[in-house]
Amino acid sequence: MTITTTENPTYKLELASSPHVHSRWNTKQAMWLVVIALIPAVISAVIFFGIYQLLVIAVAVGFAVGTEAAIKTIRKRKVTITDGSGIITGLLLALILPPNFNLAFTALGSIVAIGLGKEIFGGIGYNIFNPALVGRAFLQAAFPVPMTTWTNPNFSQVDAVTTATPLSAFKFDSVATELSSMFIGNIGGSLGETSAIAVMLGGIFLIAIGVVNYRVPAAMLIGAILFGGVFWMIDPIAYPNPLFHLLAGGFLFGLFFMATDWVTSPMTPKGMWIYGLGISLVLIIIRLFGGLPEGVMYAILFMNAFVPLINRYTRPRVFGEVK
Amino acid sequence: MKLFKSIKTFRGGVHPAELKELSESCEFEIMPNPKQVIIPLSQHLGKPAKALVKKGDVVKAGQIIAEQDGYISVPIHSPVSGKVTKISNEISASGFPKESILISADESNELELQPSLNLDWVTPEEIQERVKWAGIVGQGGAAFPTFVKITPQPDKKIDAVILNGCECEPYLTRDYRYMLEKTEEVVDGLRLIMRSLGVQKGAIGIEDNKPKAIKKLKEVTAKYDNITVEILETKYPQGAEKMLIKAVLDREVPPGKLPLDVGVVIQNIGTAVAIFDAVVKGEPQITAAMTVSGYGIKEPKNVIVRVGTPLADVIEYCDGVKDDAIKVVVGGPMMGVAQFDFAAPVMKATSGLLVLTAKEENLHEETPCLRCGKCIDVCPLGLVPSKLARYSQLDRLEDAEGLDITVCMECGTCTYTCPANIPLVQWIRLGKQRVLAMQRERKSA
Ligand code: SF4
Ligand code: SF4
Repeated sequence: MTITTTENPTYKLELASSPHVHSRWNTKQAMWLVVIALIPAVISAVIFFGIYQLLVIAVAVGFAVGTEAAIKTIRKRKVTITDGSGIITGLLLALILPPNFNLAFTALGSIVAIGLGKEIFGGIGYNIFNPALVGRAFLQAAFPVPMTTWTNPNFSQVDAVTTATPLSAFKFDSVATELSSMFIGNIGGSLGETSAIAVMLGGIFLIAIGVVNYRVPAAMLIGAILFGGVFWMIDPIAYPNPLFHLLAGGFLFGLFFMATDWVTSPMTPKGMWIYGLGISLVLIIIRLFGGLPEGVMYAILFMNAFVPLINRYTRPRVFGEVK
Repeated sequence: MKLFKSIKTFRGGVHPAELKELSESCEFEIMPNPKQVIIPLSQHLGKPAKALVKKGDVVKAGQIIAEQDGYISVPIHSPVSGKVTKISNEISASGFPKESILISADESNELELQPSLNLDWVTPEEIQERVKWAGIVGQGGAAFPTFVKITPQPDKKIDAVILNGCECEPYLTRDYRYMLEKTEEVVDGLRLIMRSLGVQKGAIGIEDNKPKAIKKLKEVTAKYDNITVEILETKYPQGAEKMLIKAVLDREVPPGKLPLDVGVVIQNIGTAVAIFDAVVKGEPQITAAMTVSGYGIKEPKNVIVRVGTPLADVIEYCDGVKDDAIKVVVGGPMMGVAQFDFAAPVMKATSGLLVLTAKEENLHEETPCLRCGKCIDVCPLGLVPSKLARYSQLDRLEDAEGLDITVCMECGTCTYTCPANIPLVQWIRLGKQRVLAMQRERKSA
């Protein structure tokens, strides 16, 4: 070895200040882990609604990534496709669309999700609303009919082309769907949302490896049982039991994959609890009293808007300070 | 995880790869004296010592070559016998040049010692006097003059002494080896500190990743019912004073206050050994025990070297560095100082020399903040690192001050964690210095 001194700089050394070691975490890898966690939901979509859904997913992802690259190029920023965030947005959007969705509409949804949901704010890290939900909210407004046409799942006993989701069946026809079907996913609903088991598999994986903090999911769960339970106890016929709330619609999908989005959820521990409980409260109100049967998307978007405020007022206690 | 584990700890913190296995089974080796030593006059917190020798003087090992200057200061002894060749500004491990005495060593190895004091009869005043003479500084990093910390202050009531055996920095195994090889000295050192302060309660805080050391400490302390061994969760920064006091005694040191203010004095394991050596063996602090480790060094070791030995000599003694080394650090990987000149000397408080490779550093490209909140979750002091760093970057000093930037202890936990690889503590450090400067200006205005 050659010994370096200032007079004889033969060995090049890094001089950045401490800490000199870093955790295994980095943006890129965390994004890819989310993609991996979504695989079970993708598989359930194919099983229950057919191989065509892969095409929807491919179009959504392709247009999300393409839009991101195009906008970055126009604004002369570095193209960062490999960080996976565009892929996640596309994937998430596809998984909350109804089965057999029109491909052109899907593409449009992706463009809006990236353009309006993310890049307009300056790209990842600066957006306020969950981009995939922005895309879906746009499609819901633009194409209300195809957005609420639910293809009957593959293993349904009923011989029909379309069906109702458990939520609309309950709301409009007072029909309660069997919880076991909802658990496996053999029900009407969005691509990746119907199978509780597939969603939970991916979600628990994300919590276990530490990408996602448990607080928001836990708070949403407690909130739904609490607020849903109060109404159910008031009138068990008019209001569904809380377990139904947990398994119905996009609740679990929203809980694990949408509400936990790093960028658009609170950063403080206390804030995460407030946010999760808030989503569930808004959700139960929408589901029970709103005009729409499904409400997770709006509940999350609604709470997204409060995140900066929540962050500001939930600073942790500084060590040693007396409250 | 409190539900499942009743083990003592604090909130926040991280679990970096410990990598103690590189050196934990290496017994201390005494490195031969170097040919030349470089002795900075400022090796401690406070005023630098004042040189008592000049070029050409012949000195003996153990002779005082620089005297204490002011209350918060300590004398410095010559670590070798030889001749003073130069007094000049030399590079130091802090990165800045410091006024230093250069001595070329001769072959002789005799050491001027003080008479041994009896462990059972020594008085508090004698302990303080001896520790002051020996020039002992804290081995935990800050290098605060030890005699100041072990002298009771009339307005502060101290009821507990904690020895910090956490060694929560990855790689470092110096304190571990001390606890294994010099268990008696460690415990006797603690007893001397307790006697000096007139304190009844003593504890040794140790992380649960060191079962062998825990066992030995328990054996040795069994005969003292006022000394306990407290087993703590292995978590960085468990060895930070505030975190240690929280874990062991469940007391919180308020922002801007010292352990003294909650009735506690903390000393490092290495300091306890140095106190023992000074009182019982009559030795001044002229050696530093340190861990040399990292995947970039050929032969990791725990070595005892003379203060003033150039880092280059220590590296050579450990067979040199590998080709993929990219960073040399004095101290631990979380809070140590990166080196650019191996001519810098080992100082009294040097505890480690690490040679790191890119794989260990694990640094990725910086991306925008993802607002994941991980930095907030891990900050042991309840700060909001992402905001503090941002304010520092934007020069919004008042805002940073409002979010308690001055409370930050620069432990680096936030930067370690950040998935966006933002150099948070680096920005915070900068902002903190500027806020402190602003506060000084305000006061003087
Ligand atoms: S360096 Fe400062 S802000 Fe970062 S974790 Fe440590 S105390 Fe908190
Ligand atoms: S850990 Fe890094 S990315 Fe996450 S909130 Fe803190 S600064 Fe932002």
